[in-house]
Amino acid sequence: MNDVVISVRELTKRFGDFIAVNRISFDVPRGEIFGFLGANGAGKTTAMRMLCGLSYPSAGSGTVAGYDIRCESERIKRCIGYMSQRFSLYNDLTVRENMLLFAGIYGLSRREALAGSERMLGKLDFVSEGDTLVGSLPLGWKQKLSFAIATLHSPEVVFLDEPTGGVDPVTRRQFWEMIYEAASQGTTIFVTTHYMDEAEYCSRVSVMVDGEIRALDTPARLKQQYAANSMDEVFRILARGAKRGE
Amino acid sequence: MQNNFLSFVKKESLHILRDSRTMLIVMLIPVVLMVLFGFAISTEVNNIKVAVVAPNRTDAIRKAVTQLAQNDYFSFYGYISNDQVDKKLRSGEVNAVVLFVPDYERRMVDVGSGVSGSPVIQLILDASNVNTAGAASGYLQSILWGPVSQQTLFETRMLFNPQMKSAFNFVPGIMGLIFILVCAMMTSVSIVREKEMGTMEVLLVSPVRPFKIIMAKMIPYFAISCIVLLLILFLAHYLLGVPMSGGVWGILSLSMLYLVLSLSLGLLVSTIAQTQVAALLISAMVMMMPILMLSGMLFPIENLPKFFQVVSTLIPARWYIDAVRKMMIQGVPIAEVWSNCAILFGMTVLLLGVSFKKFNDKLE
Repeated sequence: MNDVVISVRELTKRFGDFIAVNRISFDVPRGEIFGFLGANGAGKTTAMRMLCGLSYPSAGSGTVAGYDIRCESERIKRCIGYMSQRFSLYNDLTVRENMLLFAGIYGLSRREALAGSERMLGKLDFVSEGDTLVGSLPLGWKQKLSFAIATLHSPEVVFLDEPTGGVDPVTRRQFWEMIYEAASQGTTIFVTTHYMDEAEYCSRVSVMVDGEIRALDTPARLKQQYAANSMDEVFRILARGAKRGE
Repeated sequence: MQNNFLSFVKKESLHILRDSRTMLIVMLIPVVLMVLFGFAISTEVNNIKVAVVAPNRTDAIRKAVTQLAQNDYFSFYGYISNDQVDKKLRSGEVNAVVLFVPDYERRMVDVGSGVSGSPVIQLILDASNVNTAGAASGYLQSILWGPVSQQTLFETRMLFNPQMKSAFNFVPGIMGLIFILVCAMMTSVSIVREKEMGTMEVLLVSPVRPFKIIMAKMIPYFAISCIVLLLILFLAHYLLGVPMSGGVWGILSLSMLYLVLSLSLGLLVSTIAQTQVAALLISAMVMMMPILMLSGMLFPIENLPKFFQVVSTLIPARWYIDAVRKMMIQGVPIAEVWSNCAILFGMTVLLLGVSFKKFNDKLE
């Protein structure tokens, strides 16, 4: 089971003279929760967009789920799920309609889509809200729903771009339980976050500073290496030398 | 992958149907415009108040005045004296004054026999509104000429629109404007809204091809526009009495081509605009103004300065309005306006090509 799902070598993205992502390399095995940390502007989102096929790399190579990110991005799109930092479901559609829409987009048949969305509603304890417009749900619920929809088509990798921004601690906790459950079923989770307590939940963490990966290890070993008590401290030590501001 | 396309079309239709306020506006704008232009705003001149100065009220003059008073366009104010003319015009009590010379009947005989060519009737008009004065003068001349002389030098016939109803002229113009508004504005706003909301990103990460996203967006808007089109044609024919003598099918098919063109314009706007407000402004200002001013909707293209005449050839609405006008009012079949159709078709292909390319480029 320990095969590599994401593999990146010397991946680089330039915008004119600006090097947003500078020769990063890493591997993510199946079922891992891979934390992708970095200050604003460190290049996290750009790196993630390249992995999702939203942005074309300037140099370097990489594979996601066994497909090349340069020339097989259409295949990659079929086997990944994506949840952006902005809430991105349709507010004027109901919970069920959103689920069916995305199930349809990912090529599930009508029957699979219906069964899948009912199962998901049951799991989320949302059955009574199935016909509620998404716009009227509280933010925490929306985020859980987004995650559920991102995993509806059982993707191999789920990319989460700061999924818990603006969510209360209780919901964040529940959210991470959902992430753990997905990971335990073999889904690889690639998550960017600002919250250092969340970094502690990850199997492994990479810290990006100025477009480069400065550290990559389990949270426990990183703390040991930098003689820190928390990931927060580790992050501050690493980010101290950052040239790019907030 | 058929399922994902259909679920997309369904989603877009739901967006539109759930947004009942926008739906209402889209359906109401054409109706309001049609009624406004059809009844309220017109270039016809009604209810012109006319006074007459006639020192000797002979039979011939009485006959002429009666005819004038009976005409729908005029209301007869009464006989006034020579020195009241200026005051009455200034105060706005009358819009026009007809002066008969004192020896009107004798002079008319001279005119009739070619002895004298000097005028026998003077028209004095309040020209503070140029259009009203121009129209009134025309009407007055044609009415007074009849009883005044048995000899008719000219015979004028107004073909296609004998009553010179201005609504006939406006209907094609409104169609040219409305479809750009509905199609271009609504599609561009709806695409840009997805960009703003971040849902576009999620769609782009999904396996759906951008081409399908766009097509699925266009289909429901096309359907709505077709409903609006039928509504306009229905109102034009049954409420305003526009003849449509060139055949409804011709008008329908040309209009559908114009719909696709407007949709692709909307797509182009969406690739330029980053926010919904910008999309709205571009569609409203950049597209509406040239249509109003340069398409021949309000002002005849022949009257424009040369430079603007050249510019007007770039405006799709110009070709569309011209063709629809011919088909609706002149009763020309679609084959006769093939050059307009060809130009519109060319523009559509070009716009679609450019906007698809720009849309794809956006993805890097």
